[in-house]
Amino acid sequence: MRLAEAWRVALDALRANRLRSILTMLGVVIGVAAVVALVGIGTGTKQLIEQQVEGLGSNLLVVVPGRLEAGATQTASPLTLEDINSVYRVVGDRSRVAVTISSGETVRAGSKSSFVSMQGVFETTPSVFVRHLDRGAYLTRADVNTARRVAVLGASVAKQLFGDRDPIGRQITIGGVRFRVIGTFAPLGQSLGVDRDAEVHIPVTAAQRLLGTDRIDGIAIRAPDRDTIGQLGDDIVAALVKRHPDTDFSAVTQEQILGVLGSILGVLTGVLAAIAGISLLVGGVGVSNIMLVSVRERTQEIGLRKAVGARPRDIGIQFLLEAVLLTTLGGVIGMALGISAALLVDRLSPVPAAITWWSLALAFGVSAGVGIIFGVVPAQRAGRLDPVVALHTE
Amino acid sequence: MTECTERGEGREGVTGPAIVATDVSRIYQLEGVSVPALRGVSLTVEPGDYLAIVGTSGSGKSTLMHLLGGLDRPTAGTLVIGGRDVATLSAPEMARLRNETVGFVFQSFHLLARTTALDNVALPLVYRGMGRRERRERAMAMLQRVGLAHRMNHRPNQMSGGEQQRVAIARALVTDPWVLLADEPTGNLDSATGQSVLSLLESLNADGVAVVLVTHERDVAARARRQIVMRDGLIVARDPAASAGWSSAGTPEESSAPPSSVEAAP
Repeated sequence: MRLAEAWRVALDALRANRLRSILTMLGVVIGVAAVVALVGIGTGTKQLIEQQVEGLGSNLLVVVPGRLEAGATQTASPLTLEDINSVYRVVGDRSRVAVTISSGETVRAGSKSSFVSMQGVFETTPSVFVRHLDRGAYLTRADVNTARRVAVLGASVAKQLFGDRDPIGRQITIGGVRFRVIGTFAPLGQSLGVDRDAEVHIPVTAAQRLLGTDRIDGIAIRAPDRDTIGQLGDDIVAALVKRHPDTDFSAVTQEQILGVLGSILGVLTGVLAAIAGISLLVGGVGVSNIMLVSVRERTQEIGLRKAVGARPRDIGIQFLLEAVLLTTLGGVIGMALGISAALLVDRLSPVPAAITWWSLALAFGVSAGVGIIFGVVPAQRAGRLDPVVALHTE
Repeated sequence: MTECTERGEGREGVTGPAIVATDVSRIYQLEGVSVPALRGVSLTVEPGDYLAIVGTSGSGKSTLMHLLGGLDRPTAGTLVIGGRDVATLSAPEMARLRNETVGFVFQSFHLLARTTALDNVALPLVYRGMGRRERRERAMAMLQRVGLAHRMNHRPNQMSGGEQQRVAIARALVTDPWVLLADEPTGNLDSATGQSVLSLLESLNADGVAVVLVTHERDVAARARRQIVMRDGLIVARDPAASAGWSSAGTPEESSAPPSSVEAAP
């Protein structure tokens, strides 16, 4: 029998039992749609987080006290500004080093107030991280050295306190202490669930005075190039350990952060896909079941076809094609549904989704494979039927 | 097309018998119990033969027909269909043998329900790998021959029983077979329709197709040129009036059927 003819026969058989075919297909449709949608959402989330981490700036090295391990308790920072000189000696370029001490504070301007993340920083921050100003100017080295009470506001803070008015030169209070606004940041949006526009930058020295401490939380370094970033991190950690023998320090690169986040999200996406895959498997079992019913129902037809010259192979292929047609049709419909669901989630919720070609190819391949795997047994059974017995089956 | 023409020409040239069964037995194994359906039957079907196999239900006549048509294989004995010993053939080769050598007509027609008369008739040609247009042309010619050209696009449920059996006959003939095997072809038809179906078979026989008719009705069998009577898996009598068509290669069963069986035969 020619293949085109076998396709026609398979299509005819599916059309003859339209409702049954649709219901059987539904199992595959739901499975494939779930795989495509969930993988899409997982991939979209991963891409978004990667973009945000990359948005922090490339070649970034963050040095913090303590070990970055699961279950490690947070270490109280022993770092002070005096440690920075040893970091300068390692890095060799002061403009590549930034520090931070942060605290949640209430900022007031007249009757308006806003709860912000106050960051005590060096004037080098905009060049170490990627930060762009909207108005005014950033902190200067002199501001840091003299602990001048000047502040740069995040976009949402400026908006909240001053509305459409120009905040430059106006007075605000942070924790009850008066500061003068000298600049505002361009909007950044969210990053890792944190509103990065709700920040206020002041000189690190002013922040230490405000908080009554001389510690700093962490150090960030922009490495000159990617290849030496690991060595640079090790050198800085070694220098700091020499000054604080009782404390561990960790140097984390952006790639490491990406790697950790990526593997977590990869596992999550995998688990989601596996759960969806189980429903696809259940759909496949449904196909197998219905094909066995179909073989039984059409036993006489099989007998007749054999009597007029169909080989076992002809009959087997006919039923196998029927199963494959069921699952691939279901697969295509499931893909369309899955893509629509992912796009809808992307559009209507904060969860992003990205459809990748490999997830579509996989879903299609798996649905066709499910048809072959779950169609083989019924097809073989049909092909092996004894024509005499088949002809006389009621 | 070429393959079929060659085969057709080949058949014209054949001088030997269409089917030769020699001491053929068929024993079924039903839940461990051996049930002999045929117990040593010898029979020859010549080209152009018109043979009736008569017997009550359970006599083995249907089993014999299945063997003659290559649907089944004998448990013992040799069976040669179209010059080929079925013992040497694989399942696909048997399928091809059925397709090229025999045409079946069944009591219950066995037409594909959702399929038009034309496509039903063309079905055996599908398994020859013949193109759609050629299949339709041939099927069309066959429907014309059985007088159903005007019904070609009707489905079985739109046709009478007699018409359905004519479609089945056209399907059996479309492959240009050596032998047409008809199992109770009039069993599901009223007597007038049955008569016309028999007349059709006879006119086809007159054109040279060998016809083997399986029936339990003596008057249907009586129309054949020769008949054999079966009982308990044996041939118990051969119609002497048709002895001209007998195989000259006699076997014990042919010459000396058990006396008790002959007496008990209807």
